[in-house]
Amino acid sequence: MAGNSGNAIDPIHQFQITNISSPIVIGGFDFSFTNASLFMVVTVVVATLFLVLSTNRRGLVPGRAQLMAEMSYEFVAATLRGSAGNEGMRFFPLVFSLFMFVFVANMLGMFPYFFTVTSQIIVTFALAILVIGTVTIYGFFKHGAGFLKLFVPSGVPALVVPLVSAIEVISFLSRPVSLSVRLFANMLAGHITLKVFAGFVVMLTGFGAAGIASAILPLVLTVAITALEFLVAFLQAYVFTVLTCMYLADALHPSH
Amino acid sequence: MSNTQGNLNTTAEIGIVEDGGSFPPFDSTTYPSQLLWLVLSFGVFYWVMSKVVLPRIGGILEDRRDRIAGDMAEASRLKQETDEAIASYESALAEARKKATTMAHNARSKVKAETESARAVAEEQLAAKLSESEQSIARITAESLSHVGEIAAETTGELVKALIGGRAPAKAEVAKAVDAALK
Repeated sequence: MAGNSGNAIDPIHQFQITNISSPIVIGGFDFSFTNASLFMVVTVVVATLFLVLSTNRRGLVPGRAQLMAEMSYEFVAATLRGSAGNEGMRFFPLVFSLFMFVFVANMLGMFPYFFTVTSQIIVTFALAILVIGTVTIYGFFKHGAGFLKLFVPSGVPALVVPLVSAIEVISFLSRPVSLSVRLFANMLAGHITLKVFAGFVVMLTGFGAAGIASAILPLVLTVAITALEFLVAFLQAYVFTVLTCMYLADALHPSH
Repeated sequence: MSNTQGNLNTTAEIGIVEDGGSFPPFDSTTYPSQLLWLVLSFGVFYWVMSKVVLPRIGGILEDRRDRIAGDMAEASRLKQETDEAIASYESALAEARKKATTMAHNARSKVKAETESARAVAEEQLAAKLSESEQSIARITAESLSHVGEIAAETTGELVKALIGGRAPAKAEVAKAVDAALK
């Protein structure tokens, strides 16, 4: 929802990445600290500060903030345990970090003029690769070649095994794509929609009384879509987490 | 609508042209920077989560679970103690009741025995007195009866004396006659 006030109805501008430090170029690559970098750091700082400060008292009877921290812990733990079992709890720090990072990044993106970290395909793709990389490396590390059983479902007639395996391989390879594109596209589309409808309101109010009257509908829609986007911000973080848990379950139990 | 859309598209295109010619999320020149800062920030976040935050929250939840389990165990221990106390109280009560019944029974039977013996003694005494009385009555009766002849003889002597006058007949003679008459 970041925007350039001078160009209020450019729905793409909010995704623009700009340097906010002197350029850092190493080996021909630009590693400058940008607004995207800033909001990654802000996401981490906000999430960490909340979790650390809220649990600082270690209250036996939790306060509101501590209860929220505990609820997020138990929510992610229940999700992970539900799909990957107790063995899956070894990945709990990873899954919890992913959930909190994506969730806080999505929520911060709902503030006007804030940059949405998860609206960048490279970020969501990197997170998806982290998940699939963990699944693959852990799967081979734990089961060796047995991990390949993931692609050969049991109980399938020998005749159709090549076909099924091909489908399984394709579905496995498409996981990082679907995982990353789902989050990226949801955040991108939501923020563009919001910007476009909010832009209508600004534009229409410029056309006098009739314009202001007709701006009511897009205004209502903007409010409604804002509410929807808060839901999507949580839901996409949750979906990302659930899928991560399911993929991790594959790494633990490849023969399904 | 189409007009607005057109305006929007134009503005958007101008924006894109201004911003370097491509849709920002697909601008690969920003990727190295994003990847580096993502790795750094997420790496730090992961480290803090796994080393500080998650052990801490896990510890808090664990402590609470332990505390609740401990309190429950303590409560059930106290309940058991209470139950035991109630049971021992009840058994003591039952014992006391039994003892009281026994004591009452003993006392009653003792009193009964005493009464019985006292009555026996009294009856014995009464019986003794009775037999004594009977004996004395019998003795008196016998005595009286033994005097009857004497009195009859005396009376007869007097009667004879009064009837026939003169001197009274000999005592032995009168007694003989009376004895004969009495027989």
